[in-house]
Amino acid sequence: MSSQLHGAQHFDKSKRTKIEFSEDAMKTVQTIITHYPEGKHKSALLPILHIAQAEFGGWLSPETMDYVAFVLKIKPIEVFEVASFYSMYNLQPMGKCILEVCQTSSCWLNGAEDILKYIEKKIGIKVGETTKDGMFSLKAVECLGSCGTAPMMQCGASYHENLTYDKVDKVIENYSADGKLRSYTDHDYKNTL
Amino acid sequence: MGRKVLIQNDKIPGINTLEVYRANGGYASVEKALKTMTPDQVTDEVKKSGLRGRGGAGFPTGLKWSFLAKPEGVARYLVCNADESEPGTFKDRYLMEKIPHALIEGMITASYALGAKVSYIYIRGEYFYVLRIIEKAIAEAYEAGWLGKNILGTDFSHDCYVQVGGGAYICGEETALLESLEGKRGNPRIKPPFPAVAGLWGCPTVVNNVETIAAVCPIINMGGEEYAKIGIGKSTGTKLISASGHINKPGVYEIELGLPVEEFIFSEEYCGGIRNGKKLKAVVAGGSSVPILPADLILKTANGEPRLMSYESLSDGGFITGTMLGSGGFIVMDEDTSIVKNLFTFARFYHHESCGQCSPCREGTGWMEKIIHKFINGTANESDVDLLWDIQSKIEGKTICPLGEAAAWPVAAAIRHFRQEFIDIAKSKKFVDISHYNRLNKIVA
Ligand SMILES: Cc1cc2nc3c(=O)[nH]c(=O)nc-3n(C[C@H](O)[C@H](O)[C@H](O)COP(=O)(O)O)c2cc1C
Ligand code: SF4
Ligand code: FES
Repeated sequence: MSSQLHGAQHFDKSKRTKIEFSEDAMKTVQTIITHYPEGKHKSALLPILHIAQAEFGGWLSPETMDYVAFVLKIKPIEVFEVASFYSMYNLQPMGKCILEVCQTSSCWLNGAEDILKYIEKKIGIKVGETTKDGMFSLKAVECLGSCGTAPMMQCGASYHENLTYDKVDKVIENYSADGKLRSYTDHDYKNTL
Repeated sequence: MGRKVLIQNDKIPGINTLEVYRANGGYASVEKALKTMTPDQVTDEVKKSGLRGRGGAGFPTGLKWSFLAKPEGVARYLVCNADESEPGTFKDRYLMEKIPHALIEGMITASYALGAKVSYIYIRGEYFYVLRIIEKAIAEAYEAGWLGKNILGTDFSHDCYVQVGGGAYICGEETALLESLEGKRGNPRIKPPFPAVAGLWGCPTVVNNVETIAAVCPIINMGGEEYAKIGIGKSTGTKLISASGHINKPGVYEIELGLPVEEFIFSEEYCGGIRNGKKLKAVVAGGSSVPILPADLILKTANGEPRLMSYESLSDGGFITGTMLGSGGFIVMDEDTSIVKNLFTFARFYHHESCGQCSPCREGTGWMEKIIHKFINGTANESDVDLLWDIQSKIEGKTICPLGEAAAWPVAAAIRHFRQEFIDIAKSKKFVDISHYNRLNKIVA
C-alpha cells in the first residue's frame, strides 16, 4: 500500500469542494451519528464509509478517506485502518458493477467455479480485473449467506441467486443497459434475477 | 411433525409489516413482560426454558444474562449478532428478511430483562438490503410506540439501532463485533474481561445471536417450562437449520431439536433426499467450522444409535466420531464430491478471514491453504498429509479467539475420516473433480 495513503498532510481543502457529501448523504450521516452516546461518534465510521464509497465513485480514494476523517473529527489513520481491513471497501477504482461470485463450499458444490469461468469468458476479464470500458469488475468472494440458493453472486445491494448461464446473461445485459454505478447502499434492491 | 415457534408464520402475506405481525400475535411478549413481569422474572423464564445460544457455541442464554454486571449509573447494552458469515449458514438472513419484527420484539423484551436502554443490531455489510428491511421495521415499531419513551405507558424506555458491518467474518466473534461497532478493525479482544463486564465502550454488554433473541418471544409467551418441553433433554426448543448442498430442497427449516438426522435429510418435509438419486457421502452439520462426518457416522453414532439433531447427539463421540450442532449450517455432499476440494474452499476461507493478530492462526491458515492447494494441483506428496495434520494440531488452544480452532477442526476431520482420498491424489498425482457439474449440467442441458 503506498505510504501516501496514510497521512493527513495531503488533505487539501481546495479539493474538498469536489469531495463533499450531497445534502441527503450528509443528513443520513448526521442521523447515524445520533445513534451513539456523546463522544462515541467514531462508531459511525463503517456506515459512513459505505455512504462515502457510494457517493464518490465506488471506491475510497485517499482524499475521500481524509474527508470522512474530517467529517467525523477523527484521525485519517483511523479511517485507513478500517477501510483497509474490511473487504467491502475498495481502495482503488473499480468498475461500475462489481460482480462478486461466491466460491465457498455450498456454492462450489453447485457449480460456482463454472459460473465464474463463464463470466470471465463472457466479459473477457479474469478475476480481479475490470473491463476496459469500466463497466464491470469481477471478484471471487467467500460465503454471502445465500448457500441454499447457490450458486450466487452479489452486485451492489442485489443478490442474484440460483445462477445459471442464462441468468448470468440476463443480469449482465440488464446492468450494461442502464450503465449505472451499483453500490451496496442502493435502495432499489430487487431479487428478481 | 415437530413444533414450530419461530418462523411458523413465514408464509403469511405481509408478515413483514407491523400490522400483520401484530394481528398474528406479535409483540405479545413485550406486553406480557413490561406489564406483568419484573426484569428478573423475564431472565428466570429464559433460564427455565433451557435456551442455548443459537450463534454456534450453545451457551445457556439465561445464565449469560445473569452474568451481566449491573453497576449503578453505568449504561448496559444488548447487541444482536447478525453478522452471519459462517459458510453454510443463512437462517438469520431468512428470519430477518421474512419476519423482521420477530427480532425487534425479542430485542425489546430481552433489553427489558437486561435493563438496557439502548440496543444495537450489528448486521453484516453484505446484507445491506436486509438492513433496509430492519430499518423499516424499527421505524414502524417507533411509530406504534413499541420503541421509544415509556413503552406501553410503563417507565421502560428503549432505543434500538441497526448498524452495518464492512465485510469480515471475524466480526461474528463477539469481541471483534464490539470493536467493529466502535468503529475499529475487527480484532478480537483478549478475554477476560468478558463483554458481560466490559463490552461495548467498556460497558457491560450481552451479545446474542438473532435466532436466540427471537426465541425469547415464544419463551415469554408460553413460559419457560412449557418451552423446555419442546426438544429433547438439554437441547430444548427449536432450531433453524440452513440446509444446502446436494439436496433436493435446500432452504431454512425450523426443526424441533431431537429430529433424527436421517429424517431431516431424506424426508419430503425437509431436505427431500439427495439430488439426482445419488448416494450421501458426507455432511458438515453445523457450519464450516465443525468436523465433517461421513454418511455412516452422521446417520448413526459410533454405538449404532440413530444420530439426532441435538447438541448432545451430534457431539456424541467427541471429535473422533462426532461433530457439533454449531450454527446449524447443514451442508450435504453426494458421492461424487471431493472432500479434499471442499476442504480447500474452507481453508481458503479461513486464511482470507484470519485477522492476523496471532501467529498460529495467521500463518497456520495460510500454510494449510497452500498445502491443500498442492493436492488440488496434483503436486502433493503422501508426507503432505502428515504435514497438514501437524500444522492443524498446532493451532488449537494457542490463539486469542476460536477462529484458529474453527480453521483447524475441518482439516483434522477431513484427514481423520477421508485420509485415503488425500493419499490417492498424492499417489496418482492427479486430481479429478466431477462433483460440481451435477447441477449446472442439468440446468444448461
Ligand atoms: C470466528 C467466529 C465467528 C462467529 N460468527 C458468528 C456469527 O456470525 N453469528 C453469531 O451469532 N455468532 C457468531 N460467533 C459466536 C459469537 O462469538 C458469540 O458466541 C455469539 O454471538 C453469542 O450469541 P449466542 O449465545 O446467542 O449464540 C462467532 C464466533 C467466532 C469465534
Ligand atoms: S485466532 Fe485468528 S482470527 Fe482470532 S484473534 Fe487470532 S489471528 Fe485473529
Ligand atoms: S457458500 Fe456461497 S453463499 Fe454460502
